Amino acid sequence: MFGWEFPPHISGGLGTACFGMTQALARKGAEIIFVLPRIDSDVEQEGFLRLRPASGTPITEDLARRMEPTQYEHKVVWPGGVRCMPVDSPLMPYLTPHEYVRALGRHDVHESAGPAGLSVPPAPAASKMRGPRRKTFTYTLHGGYGPDLMREVLRYGRLAAALAARENFDVIHAHDWMTYPAGMLAKNITGKPLVVHIHATEYDRSGDSINEQVAGVERAGMLAADVVVAVSRLTRKTVIERYGIPPEKVLVVHNAVARHEARRRYPVPPRIRHEKRVLFLGRVTFQKGPEYFMEAARLVLQKIPEARFFMAGSGDMLPRLIRRAGQLRMGSRFHFAGFLRGEEVDRMFALSDLYVMPSVSEPFGITPLEAMLYDVPVLLSRQSGVSEVLEHALKADFWDTRDMADKICAVLRYPCLAAELVKNCHEEMKSIRWENAADQLLVIYRNVQGGH
Amino acid sequence: MPALCFCYEVHEPYQLRRYTVFDMGQNSIYEDDDHNCEALLRAARLCYLPANELMLRLIRRYDGAFRLSFSISGVALDLFEQYTPEVLESFTALARTGCVEFVAETAPHSLAFLYSRQDFDRQVREQSARLEHLFGVKPVTFKNTECVYNNDLAAAVAGHGFRAVLAEGADHVLGWRSANYLYRPASAPGLALLLRNAGLSGDVGLRFSDHSWPAWPLRAETFAAWCHGLEGSADILNIFNDYHVFGLRHDKKSGIFDFMEALPGALLAHEEFSFTTPALAAENLRPVGEVDVLQFMSWEDEGRDLTAWLGNDMQKDAIHALYAMGPRTAACNSALRRDFDRLQTADHFRHMSTKWFSNEAPDRPSPFASPYDAYITYMNVLADFELRLKADESARATAAAAGKPADAAPVAKARGRVGADAALNNNTKSAVKNAGSPAPRRGGKSPAEIQDANPADTRAAGSKKTGTTRANQEKKPATLRKSRKNA
Repeated sequence: MFGWEFPPHISGGLGTACFGMTQALARKGAEIIFVLPRIDSDVEQEGFLRLRPASGTPITEDLARRMEPTQYEHKVVWPGGVRCMPVDSPLMPYLTPHEYVRALGRHDVHESAGPAGLSVPPAPAASKMRGPRRKTFTYTLHGGYGPDLMREVLRYGRLAAALAARENFDVIHAHDWMTYPAGMLAKNITGKPLVVHIHATEYDRSGDSINEQVAGVERAGMLAADVVVAVSRLTRKTVIERYGIPPEKVLVVHNAVARHEARRRYPVPPRIRHEKRVLFLGRVTFQKGPEYFMEAARLVLQKIPEARFFMAGSGDMLPRLIRRAGQLRMGSRFHFAGFLRGEEVDRMFALSDLYVMPSVSEPFGITPLEAMLYDVPVLLSRQSGVSEVLEHALKADFWDTRDMADKICAVLRYPCLAAELVKNCHEEMKSIRWENAADQLLVIYRNVQGGH
Repeated sequence: MPALCFCYEVHEPYQLRRYTVFDMGQNSIYEDDDHNCEALLRAARLCYLPANELMLRLIRRYDGAFRLSFSISGVALDLFEQYTPEVLESFTALARTGCVEFVAETAPHSLAFLYSRQDFDRQVREQSARLEHLFGVKPVTFKNTECVYNNDLAAAVAGHGFRAVLAEGADHVLGWRSANYLYRPASAPGLALLLRNAGLSGDVGLRFSDHSWPAWPLRAETFAAWCHGLEGSADILNIFNDYHVFGLRHDKKSGIFDFMEALPGALLAHEEFSFTTPALAAENLRPVGEVDVLQFMSWEDEGRDLTAWLGNDMQKDAIHALYAMGPRTAACNSALRRDFDRLQTADHFRHMSTKWFSNEAPDRPSPFASPYDAYITYMNVLADFELRLKADESARATAAAAGKPADAAPVAKARGRVGADAALNNNTKSAVKNAGSPAPRRGGKSPAEIQDANPADTRAAGSKKTGTTRANQEKKPATLRKSRKNA
C-alpha cells in the first residue's frame, strides 16, 4: 500500500481512513506493507502492519533505467508535460503548511503538523551517490504537503517503486494522487495489479479551477489501475464523468469509522447546561462550506437567540468569516475555536447538541461518524458521500441555508427529534464498520489477482 | 351461501408543504397545493376514474348481482370537490345503482379515537351526515381509519347507531377461529363485526404484481377457485383493500383491471356464491360468536398494530402535542377548526415512521425526504397553529370583555371546557367498564344521544356560524350522563 499520510502523520481525513482500513484488513488476515514518504524514527511502529519509509531507499541504476521509459512523465500518459517543477499552493490537497501554520497563529512549524511542516525550507533535492561501486542513489523525502509537492511526489514514486521491487506482495494499493506515480511505476516494474483508491479528487478540492497537473496525475493513475475504488457513489460519478474512466472498473467502498475503546465522558459544565450548542468542525475552506454554516447560524439566531455556534478548525477563509461574524454582530453567539486536536476534538463533540457538515463537496467525510460516536445528531449536506450511508441523519443542500437553519432549530427545539436520530444512528452505526469495507476490499484484491 | 364482501378504502390526504421555522408566524399556508392537486389528478386519471367506470360496468353487467362498498374519507371528498369533481360524480353514479354501500369513517381519516372521544364523535357525525347528503343513504356501517379497532371502538360505534363495523381479522385475536364468518363484538352485542380476510385481501392488495410470488400472474379464475374452495367453511369473505390497488399500487399493465373485470363472472359461476355489502351481511347473516379485542389492532404491517403511526417517539410527541390542543379548539373559528381536523390525518404520522425507512407503500409516497423532515415540518405547523389558536382565544376574550352580542362565546367556551373534561372522564370510565363487560347502559342510552345530536348537526351544516349552539347541544348528553352517574 502506498500512502501519503498515516497517523500520527496526518493533516486530514486521508490518514484516518488509511489507518482504519489497514487495521481492519490486517485483522482479516491481510498482510500490509504501508509505504509512507518518511517516518520519524521516534514514532513507534504499529503492530498490525509493516510501515516503510520510502525516503532513503536505494535505487540501483538498473532499476532507474527500467523506470525511465514510457508510462510516466511527460512522454505518454501524462498530459501537459508533467516535469519536476515547483508548484504553487492552490494545488495542495489540503492547505499548504504555510497557510496552516499561519492560521494556527505561527506555532512552531516542527511540532504543529508533524512532518507536514518540514517542507517549508527549500527542498534539498539531493540525489546522493552512495557507494561508488554499487552505483545506487536515493532521495530524502519530507512527506506532508510543501510547495514543492509535485517534485516530492515524483521522487516518492521512484523510491516507493524501488522499495516495491524488493518486497514480496500480491496487490498494489495506492491512496490518492500523491501515490499514483508510485503505483504506476511499481505496477510497471513488478507486474502486480494496481488498485487506486480515490479519497478525494481535484474537483472536490478546488471546485472548477482545478490544477491540470494534479488532475492529469489522477487520470493517469486511474487509467493505469486495474480497479478504481471510490469512497462514495458521489465520487464514483465524478470519476466516471470528469475523468472518463470506464464505469465497470470503478467500484464503491464506503469509508467507516474506527471506534476508540473506553471513550471518556465529558459532562457539560453546569453554567452552560441550559444552552444549546451547534458545531462546525473541519477546515475552514471553500470546500467545507463554512460560510453556509454562518448564514444558517444567523437565521437560527433570529429564532433562537440563546443558541451558540462553534466553528472549530482553521483555513484560508477564517479571517473573512471572523470579519463577517462581527459584521453580523453575532460574535457573542458565534465562536471560533481554532484548530483542535486530540482530546480537544472529543470534548468539543461531547459538548455539542448538533454537528453540522455543510460541505460543498465532500467525497466521504468521516467526521459526522465521529460525532455520532459521541451521540451527537448530525446535519449533513446532501453533497457528501457520507450521506449515502447515513439514512438516519438530517440532510440539507448546502446552498439552502434556510432549510439548514430550519433543521437546526428543530433539533434545538424538539429534544425528541435529537433522541430519535441518535437512537436510530446507533443502530445504523453497527453496520458502518471498517471490517465491512475490508471485506469488500479483500474481494476486490482477490478479483484483480484472478484477472492477472 | 358464501358471499364476497368488497370494501375499498378511498383516501387522499392533504400533504403538508415543507413548512419551515421561518414560515411560522408569518404565514399559515400549511399545505402543498401544487403537490396535492397533481397527486389527485394523477390518482383520478390512473385509479379513480377508470376503476369507478369498471365497477359501474360490472354492476350493470351483472344486474345487481355484483355489489361492493367504499369507505371514503372526508378529506378525500374535500380534495375531490376541490380538484376533481368528476371523481365525485362517478361515485354518485355508483351510488345511484343501489348496489354500492358507503361506509362511514372519521372525516379527516384521523386517529382521534385513540386520543379524543370528543373529536372522534364529532368527526363521525360530520362524515355520516356528509355521506348521507352526497349519496342519499345514511351509512349504517363504520370502518375506522386503517381498521383501527378494539372493544371500546365497537361500543362507541354502536353508540352512534351503526349496525356493522369492519376490522382486521388478525390471527392474534381470532386464534383458531376463521375470519370468514360474522361475529359480534364483546362490547356491543347488537353490532355485526366483519373481519378482513388478510390472505385473500393481500393476494389482490399486495402480491398481485409481485413477480416472485408463486401464484403470479394471478388470474380471476384462480382467485375464484380459491374462494370456491372455501365453500363449506365460510359465510362471508371480506376483501378490504385500499382503492389504490387499481392502477396505482398495481399499474394498468399488471392486469389488475382485467382481473377485476373477469372476477365477478368467475366467482358467480359457482351458484352458491354471491356478492354482498357489510350492511346486507349484517342483516342476513347470524353472528357465530363473540370477539373480544382488548388491544388496539389495525390492518397495517405484519404486527397489525399501531406502530405505523405511533411507533416512535417523534410520532407520539407529535400526536400528543396535537391532541393537547384539542379542548382549546372546541370553540375556535371555523378556519382553525378545519386546520385542526386536517392535521389529524393519520398520514402525517405515518410519514414520521422510521420503521420502513426504505420500503413504504409505493402508491402512498411520503412527500418528505425523511421521517425527520416530516416531524420537523409537522411540529413547525403545529407551533404556528398554536399561535393562531392563542390569537383567536384572546380575540374572543376581548370581544367578550367589550360586551358584544357574542356574549354566548365565553359561556360556550367555559362549557366546552367543562364538557370536554366530563367527556374525558366519561371516556376513561367507560373504557374501563367496557374492558370488563359489555356496556348495556351505553347501548341503551345511545339512541337518545344520537337524536339529540343529529338536529344540531344538520343545523350546523345549514348555517356555518352555529358553533355555539352546537357546542351547547353537544354538551348536554355528556353533562347529563355525568350527573346521572354522580347520582
